Amino acid sequence: MTKLLEVEDLTVTFRTGDGDVNAVNGLSFDIDEGETLAIVGESGSGKSQTAFATMGLLARNGRASGQVRFDGTDLLSLSQAKMNKMRSEKVAMIFQDPMTSLNPYMRISDQMAEVLTLHKGLSKRDAIAEAARMLDAVRIPDARARITMYPHEFSGGMRQRIMIAMALLCQPRLLIADEPTTALDVTVQAQIMSLLGTIRDDFGTAVILITHDLGIVADFCDRTLVMYGGQIMEEGATTDVFAAPAHPYTKGLLRAVPRLDRDDDVLQTIAGEPPDMSRLPAGCPFSPRCDIVRPECTATRPAQEAFPPERRRACHAPLTEVTS
Amino acid sequence: MTQPILHVRDLAVAFDIRPQGAWPWTKPLKLHAVGGVSFDLAPGECLGVVGESGSGKSTLARAIVGTIPATSGEVLFEGQDLASMSVSERRVHRKDVQMIFQDPLAALNPRMTVGDIIAEPLTTHYPQTPASEVKARVGELMERVGLLPNLINRYPHEFSGGQCQRIGIARALILQPKLLICDEPVSALDVSVQAQVVNLLAELRRDMGLSMIFIAHDLSVVKHISDRIAVMYLGKLMEMAEAKTLCTVPQHPYTQALISSVPIPDPVLEAARKRPILEGELPSPLAPPSGCVFRTRCPKAQASCAEAPPRVEVLEGDHRVACPFHAPMDVLERA
Repeated sequence: MTKLLEVEDLTVTFRTGDGDVNAVNGLSFDIDEGETLAIVGESGSGKSQTAFATMGLLARNGRASGQVRFDGTDLLSLSQAKMNKMRSEKVAMIFQDPMTSLNPYMRISDQMAEVLTLHKGLSKRDAIAEAARMLDAVRIPDARARITMYPHEFSGGMRQRIMIAMALLCQPRLLIADEPTTALDVTVQAQIMSLLGTIRDDFGTAVILITHDLGIVADFCDRTLVMYGGQIMEEGATTDVFAAPAHPYTKGLLRAVPRLDRDDDVLQTIAGEPPDMSRLPAGCPFSPRCDIVRPECTATRPAQEAFPPERRRACHAPLTEVTS
Repeated sequence: MTQPILHVRDLAVAFDIRPQGAWPWTKPLKLHAVGGVSFDLAPGECLGVVGESGSGKSTLARAIVGTIPATSGEVLFEGQDLASMSVSERRVHRKDVQMIFQDPLAALNPRMTVGDIIAEPLTTHYPQTPASEVKARVGELMERVGLLPNLINRYPHEFSGGQCQRIGIARALILQPKLLICDEPVSALDVSVQAQVVNLLAELRRDMGLSMIFIAHDLSVVKHISDRIAVMYLGKLMEMAEAKTLCTVPQHPYTQALISSVPIPDPVLEAARKRPILEGELPSPLAPPSGCVFRTRCPKAQASCAEAPPRVEVLEGDHRVACPFHAPMDVLERA
């Protein structure tokens, strides 16, 4: 059976003044119809570039190699026109900052109708009616009257709702959400996450949620993929990964987050700083900060190792040493 | 009771706002950023201030430091009113109150070396300090905050976000202040680095006997570092209590909603948790609701809430709550 999206050996390279920098390094994962996958990582882990490569939205100096198959079609080799069609109808993306991804000079009605007239061939009038219906669905109060407003007239939370509505206009099968709530307050974040949950359940949309917030992952996602330095550290069902992290990085990350329901005196920390992508170590990217580092970690990249139940990890240390 | 290091009574800060295109002679609108805030800070205590954007928490910090003048109310630092001081008197006091900021890189002058940045408060307030002593103090502090002293001649852009925040902390501490005000000190940092900085601040506070005001929107971080927490909404204090009490059995409906909104990194717990979601958004601070400012989003709002601002009730254990319909709620309880 083919999966909805299969990413195989994806590498994203940027040509910079300091030479070629690999933001993503041999990444493979897949996502099924209607599934929710979290890609977790800190800044520079390559999580956003993975999404941009999938959508064909890499910056001009970026190049993606490997394979990204959506429903069997390789997205990386599609022509610009075909990719545009794909982006509108099958895969949609929402971004961290809704203000910079909406056109400030266009009314919401025109921005949203444009998608439908262009891709679905609707008349302007029908398109606006459909857009208003979608704004209703994302619970924008008084949608019919406010659709003629400009982006700056909406609050951050409302703008993110508009982005979601716009992404859903063509009923995509996959929605990639890149840090959709990072710029929002917690109470608004809760509203948006609950909205995304409803949409996933109502439309059966598969969601890739890219975030650094482990709380949101725990709340929202079926599966979790942890990235560091452009590589996968581990992957598995969210409950399994959180209950028994199989990589020292995941373990450290979970311990470093202060929790409302716990009273720890001192937070456990991960020593050191996030990696400099232009100077990654030859072996495991996490090795300079790892507390159980071995000689082979600095020399060779650990291979992906699968283990039950449907999990995998990339670490030289034996599983028992990490989980103990 | 010992004298509080900081005594804040009925502090209010309002800004004049001129709407775009208004005539020059029309009266400007008043934006009440902070209103009627009162609290005492004991020596060595850490008060956390949480609130969403627009709640006035940063304005409160700036009014305490004195970079924004208060419209009314008083701020007494060790019994002395900062607002009524002359410039020279205030300069003496300013040494005792230092601040660290959210964006660690933006808070550092890009054209100054790290050594100069950290030494600047010392050379400003004690210009007669010999250069060798300044250098020794800077090196000592750099080591204290976890930076290698041999980086003293580098520039801010050569450091990562976490290291920049350490530089900011060293600069704030070189005068050995009594009160440190932290405005969102870890919000811009990655989780793994955030824990390092939080631990560093907690450690410095303990070792140097610092009093702290820790402002952040992340309740989990605030709870971790604070003794007491004050919750703000639209410029008003909603609730203030001992940190653990406030996070486990909050009394105010807003605090309850706020805590319910914070996701906990535990899938099993999350699946079982009751999470009432707050509807709507923050009203415009230019036209705040009458009476209780939270009433437009409050699940417990009554007609009487619109009439007058709620009185602050003091419950057991100096738990203050500004809501007549307050009731304890176990927010972490499983459904």
